[in-house]
Amino acid sequence: MILKVASVDLPVDEELSIVKNRIQPDKLTGKEKRMSIVTGIHGDELEGQYVCYELVRRLEEDKSNLKGIVDVYPAINPLGIDTIQRGIPGFDLDMNRIFPGSKDGSMAEYFASKTVEDIKGSNLAMDIHASNIFLQEIPQIRINEISKDTLLPFARRANIDFIWVHSAATVLESTLAYSLNSVGTPTLVVEMGVGMRITKSYCDQLTDGIFVLLKDLGIWTGDVIEPKKSIESTDGSVHFLNAASSGIFVPEADHWMNVKIGEHIGDIVEPLTGKILQKIFSPCNGVIFTLREYPVVYEGSLVGRILERS
Amino acid sequence: MKKKTIFTMNSIYRDDFRITGYEFGSGEKSACIVGSTRGNEVQQVYICSQLVKHLKKLEAAGCIKKGKSILIIPTANHFSMNIGKRFWVSDNTDINRMFPGYNLGETTQRIAAGLFEKIQHYEYGIQFTSNYLSGVYIPHVRMMETGYETPELAMKFGLPYTVLRKPRPYDTTTLNYNWQIWETRAFSIYACETDYVENMTAEMCIEAVLRFLKETDLIDCETSDVPFPPKQISESQLVSVKASKAGILKRKVRIYDYVREGEVIAEVIDPYEGEVLEKIKSGVSGNVFFYNDNPLITANTIVFRIVPE
Repeated sequence: MILKVASVDLPVDEELSIVKNRIQPDKLTGKEKRMSIVTGIHGDELEGQYVCYELVRRLEEDKSNLKGIVDVYPAINPLGIDTIQRGIPGFDLDMNRIFPGSKDGSMAEYFASKTVEDIKGSNLAMDIHASNIFLQEIPQIRINEISKDTLLPFARRANIDFIWVHSAATVLESTLAYSLNSVGTPTLVVEMGVGMRITKSYCDQLTDGIFVLLKDLGIWTGDVIEPKKSIESTDGSVHFLNAASSGIFVPEADHWMNVKIGEHIGDIVEPLTGKILQKIFSPCNGVIFTLREYPVVYEGSLVGRILERS
Repeated sequence: MKKKTIFTMNSIYRDDFRITGYEFGSGEKSACIVGSTRGNEVQQVYICSQLVKHLKKLEAAGCIKKGKSILIIPTANHFSMNIGKRFWVSDNTDINRMFPGYNLGETTQRIAAGLFEKIQHYEYGIQFTSNYLSGVYIPHVRMMETGYETPELAMKFGLPYTVLRKPRPYDTTTLNYNWQIWETRAFSIYACETDYVENMTAEMCIEAVLRFLKETDLIDCETSDVPFPPKQISESQLVSVKASKAGILKRKVRIYDYVREGEVIAEVIDPYEGEVLEKIKSGVSGNVFFYNDNPLITANTIVFRIVPE
């Protein structure tokens, strides 16, 4: 059932809408639990598009096993996705910095407000992101430390590789996940893959995890996989690798690879002179869970993140 | 005057990225003035360039107070300015949402950190900036209510309004907010326009800064009298007037104009058939503080902000 969450008229002959697909049993008892899958806040993050497709396809294919409600929101920022832009065209602020929004605010704030209002009350929500065009991420869930007690049990069932419990920051208080968690709707944030691409294996892995969560919630009675055990950031500290010089980053290590302290991760090179400007080595024993995908770097550009492991 | 490189970073395909500052006088770090942090803030860089010109003359005439130093940084983002882009050239991040910065972090975090290190500990910090709501504003001073704000000092600029704003989470990474937290008395000045130079309001803002520097005993110079006493308002007092329909926007009023409650101040026109879809009326009597300058309007969008009588 396709439902309109919010809409607004654009200047010339066009209505802009956020829509969702509500998939539910044919007969309702009124006691069904609900899970919401949200993606497309950033228009350049597309991994969630395939997850939505695959999730809806599988649910529709075997609807007899559906005992609750699944709301799928593929595009919270439809204009951004359509125009290959991370943000909302014509609006300065990152959409994931304006939640919970305002009904009386700008179009973006209005959409943010209607989105929160619509998802609020779900038994579980998942906001799927796909890094950006610069960095490749392994499937991971990021949890603000203030919500870890509520969210870690869900995250451990999501069939993802890594759970990163990060410290709180005031600026993150305006994300969709923070807004929903603060009104009692547990919300997981997934980061995986890379911007402007579909990494099908990651999407299938996460979709399997969503079915595990649906089953745990009593929404799904069909067969599910046994979720993989995630590595958790509390197992070791996260090291950031930033470019010390502008240039072209050429990786030597692979993404999601175990590395030893001092191991060669990659080089920053200069095409004009044929020189290596920086050789980048691992500062610890660990695993590379973020690796730069886009080669051009400025000084400071992130080239990788390593979770330290013994 | 000392011309200084505040921050530098190499680029593989372009000239080095440099933030340039102009220091006048010497001694206590008294006032720091920062112009554009975004590439389209042309009015802002122009105003700072004119302030550099004024202070050069004042310094030559011995009019900078002894033991006081004033730093002007016309722009912290000329790379974006040179390619006509508002935010950072590669990853599109906003330098003014990266403060206090992190010198081991991402590029714009490093730029913010490098800049902030040099502009911290000034007694007064003045930033020429622009709002995320694109449009034309009455020139005003804006301050965030952090507990360290000093609205009484803001009145010394003599601009028509000082607006106090309760910070939202995304404001906590702006220069203004961080200056205040690190005990600089910080003021953001909105200079009416952004993307192009508007002479009259630019002159008004230049005069306002000179007046402030004189009032705070940092320079000696002649400044004009303020025509009307400045007013202090809270952002929440501003009354938004929205369009409920989408189409072509025809405004009937400009900033400063006095409007009466119920007066038609704009119309939304059907872009295909030319009919008036909506007559937008002011909900209050007062002066137009802001108007949206986009000729095409999306439904449910703020068109005006009015300072009620």
